[in-house]
Amino acid sequence: MSTIAKPVDTIVIGGGVVGLSIAYGLAREGERVRVLDEGDDAFRAARGNFGLVWVQGKGAGMPAYAKWSMAAARAWPAMAQELTGLTGIDLQLSQPGGLHLCLNDSEVDARIRTLGRLADNIGEDYRFEILDHTATKAMCPSIGREVVGASYMATDGHVSPLRLLRALAAANIALDTEICPNQCVDAISYRHGAFYVNVGAREHVAAKVVLAAGLGNRRLAPMVQLDAPVEPVRGQVLISERVAPFLSMPTASVRQTGDGGVQIGDSKEEVGFDNGTTIEQLSRMADRAVRSFPVLGGVNLVRTWGALRIMTRDGYPIYEQSRECPGAFVVTCHSGITLASQHAGPIVQWIRGGEPPEHIQNFKAGRFNV
Amino acid sequence: MFSPASAVDSQEHVSITINGKETSVRAGLPLALALMEAGITPLRHSVVSGAPRSPLCLMGVCFECLVHVDDSRNVESCMIEVRQGMSVELANGPRPMESAP
Amino acid sequence: MTHDLIVIGAGPAGMSAAITAAGLGLKTLVLDEQARPGGQIYRNVSRATGGMDKILGPDYVYGRQIVAALEAASVDIRLSSTVWDITPDFCVRALQDGKALQFQAPQLIVASGALERPSPVPGWTLPGVLNAGAAQIAMKSGASIPSGRIVLAGGGPLLLLVACQLLDAGAQLAGVVETSPAENLVHAAPSLLGALRSPKLLAKGLAMTMRLRKAGIPWHKRAAGLRIEGQDKAEALSFTAGGQRHRLEADTVLLHHGVIPNTQISRLLRTDHDWNEAQLAWQPRLDAFYETSVTGLRIAGDGGGIGGARAAEASGRLAAIGAAHALGRLDGHERDRLCAPERKNLAAQMRIRPFLDALYRPPKWVIVPEGETIVCRCEEVTATDIRNSVALGSRGPNQTKFYSRCGMGPCQGRICGPTVTQILADELCVSPSEIGAYQVRSPLKPITLQQMASLREAPKEKETA
Repeated sequence: MSTIAKPVDTIVIGGGVVGLSIAYGLAREGERVRVLDEGDDAFRAARGNFGLVWVQGKGAGMPAYAKWSMAAARAWPAMAQELTGLTGIDLQLSQPGGLHLCLNDSEVDARIRTLGRLADNIGEDYRFEILDHTATKAMCPSIGREVVGASYMATDGHVSPLRLLRALAAANIALDTEICPNQCVDAISYRHGAFYVNVGAREHVAAKVVLAAGLGNRRLAPMVQLDAPVEPVRGQVLISERVAPFLSMPTASVRQTGDGGVQIGDSKEEVGFDNGTTIEQLSRMADRAVRSFPVLGGVNLVRTWGALRIMTRDGYPIYEQSRECPGAFVVTCHSGITLASQHAGPIVQWIRGGEPPEHIQNFKAGRFNV
Repeated sequence: MFSPASAVDSQEHVSITINGKETSVRAGLPLALALMEAGITPLRHSVVSGAPRSPLCLMGVCFECLVHVDDSRNVESCMIEVRQGMSVELANGPRPMESAP
Repeated sequence: MTHDLIVIGAGPAGMSAAITAAGLGLKTLVLDEQARPGGQIYRNVSRATGGMDKILGPDYVYGRQIVAALEAASVDIRLSSTVWDITPDFCVRALQDGKALQFQAPQLIVASGALERPSPVPGWTLPGVLNAGAAQIAMKSGASIPSGRIVLAGGGPLLLLVACQLLDAGAQLAGVVETSPAENLVHAAPSLLGALRSPKLLAKGLAMTMRLRKAGIPWHKRAAGLRIEGQDKAEALSFTAGGQRHRLEADTVLLHHGVIPNTQISRLLRTDHDWNEAQLAWQPRLDAFYETSVTGLRIAGDGGGIGGARAAEASGRLAAIGAAHALGRLDGHERDRLCAPERKNLAAQMRIRPFLDALYRPPKWVIVPEGETIVCRCEEVTATDIRNSVALGSRGPNQTKFYSRCGMGPCQGRICGPTVTQILADELCVSPSEIGAYQVRSPLKPITLQQMASLREAPKEKETA
């Protein structure tokens, strides 16, 4: 015997940053939204992210992604202000520009090549600088001697991922979105223009369904005739005790949070992970951090964590509406923080029946079958 | 605040510095206890609100007894013993980011 | 592999496990964070002197012979060694004076003991508020006692023991405030018969009560609404008892509500855990030879469930015998023959446990605090903050951690973990077993970035005895 929950306009499957951003955008437009989330021990990419709102280097193989990220970064201050206004939570958003530090000349050359190619493709909108050691040190006095230079982009910044998730949840609740935890979706069916989502003996009904379940999308997408070929990539993050402020702008792999802790991770878009064991990864990251900022040497690490992140084969998102089951959407991406402003904005307009945003035309799963 | 029990038979002392001030403490004591016998209260100020804190557990669990010892920062003072010449600085909020040794 | 067996912790369980294992021919390593073996229960026992022996009593002095046996045994002992990581294939990483150590063995016995249950009451973060066990550790490790007026509050055999020991050591006791609710007596009654079969232990308890009564220490029972007053340090304990509010001025307040297993390592290695409703704590699920759901990993002593020092000693031997069998050094028949007397001993030690658990079950207001009481001391997260995370969709400690920062400080959730689980269970009206616990990740104890970085080039150090 199944119980049928009160119908809503849209069901969002996934209660991470991506799902809650979309749910928030929909609720802000007046939709009745229900978020189906998993439990406490779910694989949560939202717990493994690094908090960068980042543009530089992204989209080297797909300029549309660079433009999409740039638009996201530009839209962030307004979204942060709106969320803070609604919830009182300061997201610790700061966009003072970001550095990608280089520890040898070949790293600098690689930055020049990557960013140069992007600028060629995108045009004068794409402004970056290559800094030598002295110029980098002027911007960021705590760098070590081994830092030969850096690339800099003024659009880059960071935000507290903890506060963002909390603010999104609080904003959704303020807008009457239902957030339902411990809901592992068993089946989705499409009948007479409505979606029936089964969780155990419970059935949820809605006119639209958005799959924002990270790695779970792989299993869910075929239920609505979509495809989400995503793979887990383990990302590891180190975090230190709280220390006095020493780093005023984020770098691609080291940032100081608004609470004082130092977070050390890697920018997956470009570095990728080798197949080493955990300790090899952690020590490699620590080694690079200490060479970049010698002052970190004596700082205590209090936590490390690994989370499974979501990667498609080319590293770019999938945004697609089902042709066979109109009203079913899949959203899957690697940079849920940077793109949160796009997900709450243009993506929501598209889900509500508008034209798809121009930059995402190429982000369909069909590209993997060519 | 702590003081030696009447049953103490050894009177051996060592000299440590606390915030630059030379202080005689009983030899063999865990540093946290030596600091409390030296009348240090609070032992530190929290990194979040600056609230005064002192040890809770003395067994390496609570991390309330963090102090800076010689070149190491924020070590559990309940788990190390005093040594002659040890230099101790009390932690006042988040650790400063001086140059690495 | 550097050893046949690695034992983590040199308290009664770890010491007896190592001694037994060495006796069975296992190449055994013991790691402990302290400078001398003994754990917390026998802390510093090899160095304590006559005056303190008398105060701390024969149960403490007893540990000296175990330490001596360990030192005489053919065991590789590494002291002042802090274990900060254990991999799923039992590679154990430690720091000794800042130097990186790395060992590996097919069998692992974790004997990391117990910790005191948190007593989150208003004002418990003030300087001058300690766990009662801390006062005992101060006596053991340095013959040191709190100066000025001391008030002890809470419940459990250790509370009374520490009170008596402090009295003998010349401390000034200003009061004992027991928090065990009246209904505990009713719930303990059915176990009384079992407890009566341990008359010596009951007699000890009675003697402690008499000692405190005779000394004329103000004694309050069934107290509730504890609050520690003071601005920059503890100045008084106020509470409600017998229908009225009391206030005892104090320079030191010692809190105690029993001890619970330290499950940091078993959580790190993701073994199965069960919620023990009688002891209100998590404990790893163990078989008859103390093996967890992770093959080769055994938990001996209080870390596997609270039983006390003598029970820990027996469980250490049983775990070592189990490890020797797993390594093929003992056949099943020989194993069972060796185990029989230990099991008998253990059963005798455990007879009084149900009675004590029921009699000293902490009151609900201690295990599920309310309002602005700080739960996570490191990040200063309150009970209300924890409860509010439920409205945001949290159904467990790991989501609550993400929402509130509880458990993110240097103690890595050791202090707040049990309370966070129980508050969430209370808020959601389910059993803590449905709520779960914090995931534990390396480092178990903080290490510096430089120490982590230096592991990159460090070749695997082959440590041998």
